[in-house]
Amino acid sequence: MQKQAKFGVGIAIIVASMGFLAWLGYGESKTYYHTIAELPALHGSSRAHRMRVGGTVESGSIRRLPGRVDFVLEGEGKALRVSYVGSDPLPDTFVDKSQALVEGSLTNDGNFRAEHVQAKCASKYEAAPTADGGSVKPSTM
Amino acid sequence: MDVFGSFALLLAFICAAYALVGGIAAILTRHPLLIKSARQAGIATCGLIFLATGSLVYLFFSDSYWVSYVVAHSNHDLSTFYKVAALWSGQEGSLLFWSFLLAIYVFSVLLVYRNKNGELMPYVGVVLAGVQIFFLTLNNFVASPFKVLAAPGANGAMEIFTRADGNGLTPLLQYPEMVIHPPNLYSGYTGFTIPFAFALGALLARYPGEKWIHLTRKWTMIAWCFQTVGILLGAHWAYAVLGWGGYWGWDPVENASLLPWLTGTAFLHSVMMQEKRGMMKVWNVWLVFCTFFLCILGTLLTRSGVVSSVHAFAQSSIGNWFVGFLLLAITVCLVAYVKNRDYLKSENQLDSMISRESSFLFNNLILLVSCIAVLSGTLFPVFSEWFSGSRISVGAPFFNKVNIPIGLLLLFLTGVGPLLAWRKTSAESLKRNFGWPLLMGLLAGGVFFSAGVREFFSLFCLLLCVFVTTTIGMEFFRGAKVIRARTGTSLVSSAVELTMRNTRRYGGYIVHMGMVLIFVGLSGAAFNRDVQKEMPPGGTMDIGPYKLLLQSSDSKAEPNYTAQRMIVEVWRDHKPLMMLYPERRFFQSNEQSGTMVAIYSTLREDLYVVYAGQSPETERPVIHAFLNPLVKWIWFGGVVVVLGTIVTLLPNRRAVLVLTGATEPASRSHPASQPLVPSVALKESHD
Repeated sequence: MQKQAKFGVGIAIIVASMGFLAWLGYGESKTYYHTIAELPALHGSSRAHRMRVGGTVESGSIRRLPGRVDFVLEGEGKALRVSYVGSDPLPDTFVDKSQALVEGSLTNDGNFRAEHVQAKCASKYEAAPTADGGSVKPSTM
Repeated sequence: MDVFGSFALLLAFICAAYALVGGIAAILTRHPLLIKSARQAGIATCGLIFLATGSLVYLFFSDSYWVSYVVAHSNHDLSTFYKVAALWSGQEGSLLFWSFLLAIYVFSVLLVYRNKNGELMPYVGVVLAGVQIFFLTLNNFVASPFKVLAAPGANGAMEIFTRADGNGLTPLLQYPEMVIHPPNLYSGYTGFTIPFAFALGALLARYPGEKWIHLTRKWTMIAWCFQTVGILLGAHWAYAVLGWGGYWGWDPVENASLLPWLTGTAFLHSVMMQEKRGMMKVWNVWLVFCTFFLCILGTLLTRSGVVSSVHAFAQSSIGNWFVGFLLLAITVCLVAYVKNRDYLKSENQLDSMISRESSFLFNNLILLVSCIAVLSGTLFPVFSEWFSGSRISVGAPFFNKVNIPIGLLLLFLTGVGPLLAWRKTSAESLKRNFGWPLLMGLLAGGVFFSAGVREFFSLFCLLLCVFVTTTIGMEFFRGAKVIRARTGTSLVSSAVELTMRNTRRYGGYIVHMGMVLIFVGLSGAAFNRDVQKEMPPGGTMDIGPYKLLLQSSDSKAEPNYTAQRMIVEVWRDHKPLMMLYPERRFFQSNEQSGTMVAIYSTLREDLYVVYAGQSPETERPVIHAFLNPLVKWIWFGGVVVVLGTIVTLLPNRRAVLVLTGATEPASRSHPASQPLVPSVALKESHD
């Protein structure tokens, strides 16, 4: 049974070292998801976490300023002012009323400083209302 | 045509149900007519799915803007090429496309084996029908692609109406790769259904021997190859279209495509242990089961928006169906396993730490660890919400920390594994096989280090790449030398001859070589650089050895979009080198824009230029340039992997054909009249 013990040790070393690396990576990159409505309720250390917040970009709120892009995210009736300071160009899907996911941290004044912005890929379109104003209800034939 | 399509789908569902129920009855009664009818119902199911898919394609080509799926994903000006892609650009269509590709596989399997393996095929047919029923349920009752637009008419009844034009295809998908990437990936996802059905069928039937492995090897290779190509095309699309300068972001959907690839790769290797030594039977069966589950999970992640992703379609209830199917499939597999596990008894045990078996074992172990790491990282938000109430996600550092060492370990095993002997390897053969490669690797490491490569992982990766390349090269060289001695042909044609005599082994080496090239490309990522600058016409920017000069800009109107194009001249060593035209496209039909990255690609590095848009204050164009070393090697490696896979699928050429034309007389130990047939080359060898 000594052979199997050797294999056991080999396997244990690999699994343990990978687990350790995973734990390191987890600590380095963990990010909390919050909804916009949850943010004011956070306090203490949880305010300092790296977090991701999702919402809809408010129409007409995108302002491109030197070194940053400001916009307002809306969700559950609440709004959040966001400053994007990352170096990557904003995705093409990032437009008024698009679904966006921002990653970064809260600033002291309750605004959000985003380092990454993802905008939801608009693969799915809902059929737009027709010109005559009639609502569209798909039905199966 | 929409009515025709719906009916075809409904009939397909009924046929699939018959194939399942009739198939079970056939297994129980062993009535030959029942067996035949169940098989034919399976074939009919596939034919009907082909018809339904054809009618949806027809609806796109005939601009039928009363079908809501067509309205949502196409418009008049969309080119023919992309009208095909529109088929799978949305939820309903892509699910139909899933059924379609699965139907191609099922159709081929049922036809190829119609008069063979009579004991096994009814079971396989039942499993395949079960999977088809699930997708046909979605196609028919949950996400029908044939829904029409209707509104209450004058008399209050619902009336169909037609829109003048469609919403158009999302610009991100209007790129040539997007026409071939999804079919490849889906062919991979669906293709793993075949080995799954054979494994489960063999288990249920208690089918003797390893025949199911021989039967499915080619199907698994095909699925694996499609999956590999699909992943690489997806990476290339992300690289060339999304304009962020990278090709892999550990996005949930990317991860979803990687997961079955990892277990599928493990499966391809560990089945050899079963074929050669009758080991790992339980492990193999579960690997192929898990690969299938991960394919379904991958489709679930893409379709349901369970985990936020740029790719994910809108939140929808379709996820529940997938979860239900996944649970059902896992239950069936568990029950089948528990009932028949005595059939999977291993015939041998591991003998030595330094043997082919143990290299396969470790290969499997680390592929699985990688798979678990990627899976848990991807699903972390879901699990953390269950356990702690807060949704926590992990990012690239998590995935990289685990997967970079795993990748390097795998690369090392790629070089070492194939040269270790079964059972036990002697110290003598270790020295003979690994002396040169080790020397070359260390030498190359020294060269790269002095050339300024100081990033540990990249340096180590390049060192390993040279090591593995040498081991592979030596294998070809040794074999070719033997053939050359016999036939007198050149070394190259001897190597070709060698490959054709044992396609599986040498094709496998070619696939390994492709993976080495991919790793060379990946190692370059540590040295990526980028510069972003606002540039007036006439402005310049320096990046690495290049100087970019923005000459001017223009705009051109195409039928489906307007492009704003930057005309950038690239200089190197004070000499103009070439022109690059990064552009932004504005699509009228859905008021969206897309980037077209301009890439000057060499083996050494890619110069990657993005027109990032106009600065809002000065209205000057902003150019974002990246210098990404070695990226081209990744795509090149992908091509080599495909070629290698094709070689492994070829039948072995019989050595006797060559030796009849041999110029050299046969060796003394054989009478000249007898053809010289090395026994190794004649029987199918499974290395």
